Amino acid sequence: MSTARLRDLRVFPGFGLLSVGCVVFLYAPIVVLAIYSFNDGRSVTRWAGFSFRWYQTVFANQNIQTAAINSVVIAVIAATVATVFALGAAIATVNRKKGGGEGAYVVLTFPLMVPEIVTAVASLVFFVAVGISLGFATILIAHIVFCIPFAYLPIKARLESMDGTLPSAAADLYASPAKAFLRITLPLLVPGLVSGWLLAFIISLDDFIITALVAGPGATTLPLHIYGMLRLGMTPEVNAISTLMLAASTVLVLISGLLGQAGRKH
Amino acid sequence: MQRAIKHPDPRPRAESNIVPMAGSDPVRHPNSVAAEVRNLRKTYNAGTPHAHEALKDVDLSIRANEFFTLLGPSGCGKTTLLRILGGFEMLTSGTCRIFGEDVSRLPPEARPVNTVFQQYALFPHMTVRRNIAFGLEMLGKPRAEVESTVERMLDLVHMTDYADRRPDTMSGGQRQRVALARALAPQPKLLLLDEPLSALDLKLRQKMRLELKSLQRETGITFIFVTHDQEEALAMSDRVAVISNGHLQQVGTPEDIYEQPQSRFVADFIGESNLIEAKVAGVTGGEASLDIEGFGKVHAPVAERVEDGQKVWLSIRPERLVLGSGDGQERAKVTDRTYLGNAVEYHLHVGEHALTARSPRGGLRGRQDFAPGDVVSVGFEPGSIKVLLS
Repeated sequence: MSTARLRDLRVFPGFGLLSVGCVVFLYAPIVVLAIYSFNDGRSVTRWAGFSFRWYQTVFANQNIQTAAINSVVIAVIAATVATVFALGAAIATVNRKKGGGEGAYVVLTFPLMVPEIVTAVASLVFFVAVGISLGFATILIAHIVFCIPFAYLPIKARLESMDGTLPSAAADLYASPAKAFLRITLPLLVPGLVSGWLLAFIISLDDFIITALVAGPGATTLPLHIYGMLRLGMTPEVNAISTLMLAASTVLVLISGLLGQAGRKH
Repeated sequence: MQRAIKHPDPRPRAESNIVPMAGSDPVRHPNSVAAEVRNLRKTYNAGTPHAHEALKDVDLSIRANEFFTLLGPSGCGKTTLLRILGGFEMLTSGTCRIFGEDVSRLPPEARPVNTVFQQYALFPHMTVRRNIAFGLEMLGKPRAEVESTVERMLDLVHMTDYADRRPDTMSGGQRQRVALARALAPQPKLLLLDEPLSALDLKLRQKMRLELKSLQRETGITFIFVTHDQEEALAMSDRVAVISNGHLQQVGTPEDIYEQPQSRFVADFIGESNLIEAKVAGVTGGEASLDIEGFGKVHAPVAERVEDGQKVWLSIRPERLVLGSGDGQERAKVTDRTYLGNAVEYHLHVGEHALTARSPRGGLRGRQDFAPGDVVSVGFEPGSIKVLLS
């Protein structure tokens, strides 16, 4: 071993082992959960052979299907509306540091740091005070609102990395402000928009706390339904539905990340 | 706000690269004024403690078909003036006309003007061809005309082979050419160029100077070029406006600006100059006798009225100083000698004054070489002294 390698601060004895420990601790439960979703038995701790029976149960379960459709519909609408709002917010705040842009940025992203239970209780109190009956609509409104900062960040980053003289160049070449936006700014923002939309979609799909508080007796989403199933007893059916959600989230995060990378290369 | 786009109708084209320009046709508009600003003022953050006057009462006329350069140090207001002409910046007061039309309140898209931006600002999601076609499409030109003009422009800037590439796969010089083609394609009445050569390396910059100048001649479009590089300005321009601190210092041909500077700033900024303080000691028939402390009297023509005892500055180019020895007039001491390859530069002390002389080496025109410590005589070539009052 050379002296250069010994002096390298990155070579810290025991650090590698610690890293492996952390990774195992993070992922082992998830791996176990996924493995037992294929268990042939009813236990989530004792292996009784490989089977897809719990997946079949999941797909046959009418309640799970309703909850899943609810979740997806809410996530699609919430992500789309939040992305539109976030796009407006990003355009208004970027390149306007002095005119309140900095303040607006703090206000927009502060909800990311507010404990979720506080937002949840606040939303519930607000809906009750205003007199909106709890149900699908209140879940949707709450999701749109808390998705905005998540959609905002990637769009803002993309807009900031864009050459600010491009809209000027478009105006110089006889494009009206609307045309300059549609032909130049919007196409260049697409990776940020997609990335922001996917992030908002995942956040909405996975949300439990806020949804639990503002959901009415009739409306339910997938996370709420899973929680309900747990109270009736742990079966690999819960593992199966969780694994499916995990797979969906992973794919979306990957797409979002790849798009972000493609955007940076430009 | 008026948004009508006034634009010259394209006329039948000749079988060449030359773009016919209705707006700047010398036959139809003999000696016409391409751009004119009057009493132009631009104040940033007006009415706040951070108010900054970028341009102060600027009057300027730019002729049609001219290669006109705005020259000055960074922060002097030259780019602000260009941005006002392009419509990217609103003037605070005064007027701004382009071929007679008051454009002061028009947005950029309503002005018959195109810009080559400093960092080119090419649209990264479009090919070279789409970039060049953009302006024509926005003007609503028929597709056939757009395509033929784009081909002509690609040919004009020698970029036909790169037509389907994206800007981010190209070198600085290539992007520069695309930016030029994109700005020329809609046949603007004025082409604004914002330090377009500053991002290129020296060799390429010198090559592009020549190309820009011949492009201007070929197209007949009025070019307004912004630079802080005086060499660039002298090499390319028909006329140069020297700007400093928001004021127009002097407007003239490169020769005028270099040979007949009107102020110490211009004399110092354009090329190099020895600036010496002197006192007027008598005027006879347009020629003044000038007393330089610690040196003696010299004579030089004066254009303006000066009075005896008035303090003035003398500007003398280093290459017009004549050094000698053995004539009994040795009053200057050589403090430093710098070899420049094509010349030798001597730094001299004459009394309190520090002077710089530059001479081609090796006894040319009877000149000798000197070493630091030598005491030499200093003479001025006839007509080399320029008297400056400010």
